[in-house]
Amino acid sequence: MEIVVCIKRVPQTAEAEVKVDPSGRDIVKDRLTFDINEADSYALEQAILLKEKYGGSVTAISLGPAEAEDTLRIALAKGADNALRIKEEDFTPLDGYKTALILYNIIKDLKYNVILTGCIATDDGYSQVGPIIAELLGIPHATLVTELEIKDEKAEVVRELEGGLLERLEINLPALFAVQTGINEPRYASLLAIRRAAKKEIKTLGGADIQGEVKSLSVLEKLYVPPVERRAEILSGSMDEISEKLVQIIKEKGLL
Amino acid sequence: MNFDLTSDQKMLQDQVRKFARTELAPVAPEIDKSGEFPWENLKKMAKLGLLGIIIPEEYGGSGFDFISLAIAVEEISRVCATTGVIVAVNNSLCAYPILQFGTEEQKKKYLPPLCSGEKIGAMGITEPNAGSDVAGMESTARLEGDYYILNGTKRFITNGGEAGIYVVFAYTNKEMKHKGISAFIVERDTPGFTLGKHEDLMGIRATANCELIFEDCKIPKENLLGEEGQGFKICMNTLDVSRIDIGAQAVGIAQGALDEAIKYSKERKAFGQPICNFEMIQSMLAEMATQIHAARLMVYYAGYCKDKGMKRFSKEAAMAKYYASSITVDVARKALQIHGGYGYTKDYTIERLYRDAKILELYEGTSEIQKLVIARELTR
Ligand SMILES: Cc1cc2nc3c(=O)[nH]c(=O)nc-3n(C[C@H](O)[C@H](O)[C@H](O)COP(=O)(O)OP(=O)(O)OC[C@H]3O[C@@H](n4cnc5c(N)ncnc54)[C@H](O)[C@@H]3O)c2cc1C
Repeated sequence: MEIVVCIKRVPQTAEAEVKVDPSGRDIVKDRLTFDINEADSYALEQAILLKEKYGGSVTAISLGPAEAEDTLRIALAKGADNALRIKEEDFTPLDGYKTALILYNIIKDLKYNVILTGCIATDDGYSQVGPIIAELLGIPHATLVTELEIKDEKAEVVRELEGGLLERLEINLPALFAVQTGINEPRYASLLAIRRAAKKEIKTLGGADIQGEVKSLSVLEKLYVPPVERRAEILSGSMDEISEKLVQIIKEKGLL
Repeated sequence: MNFDLTSDQKMLQDQVRKFARTELAPVAPEIDKSGEFPWENLKKMAKLGLLGIIIPEEYGGSGFDFISLAIAVEEISRVCATTGVIVAVNNSLCAYPILQFGTEEQKKKYLPPLCSGEKIGAMGITEPNAGSDVAGMESTARLEGDYYILNGTKRFITNGGEAGIYVVFAYTNKEMKHKGISAFIVERDTPGFTLGKHEDLMGIRATANCELIFEDCKIPKENLLGEEGQGFKICMNTLDVSRIDIGAQAVGIAQGALDEAIKYSKERKAFGQPICNFEMIQSMLAEMATQIHAARLMVYYAGYCKDKGMKRFSKEAAMAKYYASSITVDVARKALQIHGGYGYTKDYTIERLYRDAKILELYEGTSEIQKLVIARELTR
């Protein structure tokens, strides 16, 4: 089984204070730490699990800056066989569509039965890249995948729907799966594997390696922190009084 | 001059940091309370190759250098000082002297189980009547046929209660003074070897600190480590090396304390603002960060000396251990101070770190002994 997994290096913003930079189109990154996008680390683990079960090889691809090679190298240490970086610097600015188009251009010439991505990137939150790659390649896809088994050239997939519902699907391969966090337990690379990975080659591709024009469909105009609006009003009184006041407010605002 | 970590050191740091935060941090308060030796942690660490970091691959280890060992021990100790010292002792106090001074047979027999976690390692130097004064030890070993007969008591032995392989020192010739000390590899189930008192420690509470009692303990002749009379040299050489990772343990605890202090100072409000806005708090934070940075560089430098194959780096190792231990105690104190009264309760991590930090000024040579080593090197 030939498996391709797309991984992205993203800033770790969960515990950090995020500020918009002077351009207004990016955040201040110099004080942030970077790591593999959370869902992508599950996608990578899933790729390695599939390889361990069905044989074949895993190719990890990252469209990112030179530092993304650290992320790819960890992927090699965890069990990926090949790693490939597409130079982000040749393509910025990027939107979800353009990112997918570039990845598509590379993946279409690779051997693949299964393509894995994370279901969302924690930095831009587009959730577009996986499905667009699949559409461009003309293969089926499933998003928010929480289980993935392969049976005779077909994938058995469980997807997460809203309201706690799950959906079970059978999908013909080749196909792309955008996996949800929690689908597995990402491993740690052993020290021995790290030493071996340190010596492996990471292939880099740039603007010259992509045929045809790659264009964004959307333009990022502005990033901003939502203004704080001080309009909260706390209603007091008995439950009946509160309910009455609430209904009145809703009526006044013309919401009913 | 180059301050960059290598690619594999960076990866090691990344993976050990994540592992420590996810797997070790949650159990750290539990084992501090129960004092139970963290076998589960060790099994997981064995799988990653953390029990034989500096042991070559051919003996089951991971084949990394001493700077890498320091990085790993720092990251582990940052969340769990107990686990940090268990790993440090296994690597540098037990596996290292066997690697450095052992015969090929000894290395083949003892290093793989130490790396796989099948057996944990310990080292016995200290005795009830001899701590700082190593040559004051009273244990003896006399050769009778194919066996050395070992008698004596070792006290305060980290991993002692749970280990399977021990490096133990005893006099084979009392007249020769320190040149009459020899080192032995002792297995746990050797007849005549029993465990004595288990210590109820103030910090690093789950390290199975225990007394080892040898009564006519029969050690096969081939378990002599190095030659007869080489024990003191083996001991000092091993301590030079282990001071690198014990220094790293100190840096880890200090970093953990700073992590807690920063977090708390941003959350806690007084006089209508977060306490991190107060200059006196900022001053403490700045001092702590600077102290840690300096200590870390000293530890890395000692590791660099060893990795480069420098013959003599006792001074550099002693300086790193001395400085890192004194700052970790100071940093833990400041971090607790920043927590105010809450820091004095068991509800906050800093209370544990404060207790853990103190051991650094005591074991593997007290701070006084480190200064003695440094001064001796200066006036040689
Ligand atoms: C938690 C813990 C774990 C330990 N783990 C191990 C282990 O795994 N293996 C092992 O062999 N030992 C271990 N030890 C023992 C430790 O190394 C000794 O406690 C230490 O070396 C000090 O020896 P001592 O306690 O006998 O103190 P002493 O040597 O009695 O010293 C008492 C005081 O006198 C000072 N002093 C002594 N001599 C001088 C001098 N010449 N000049 C100035 N001051 C001096 C000391 O610095 C100290 O302040 C451990 C101890 C503890 C508490």
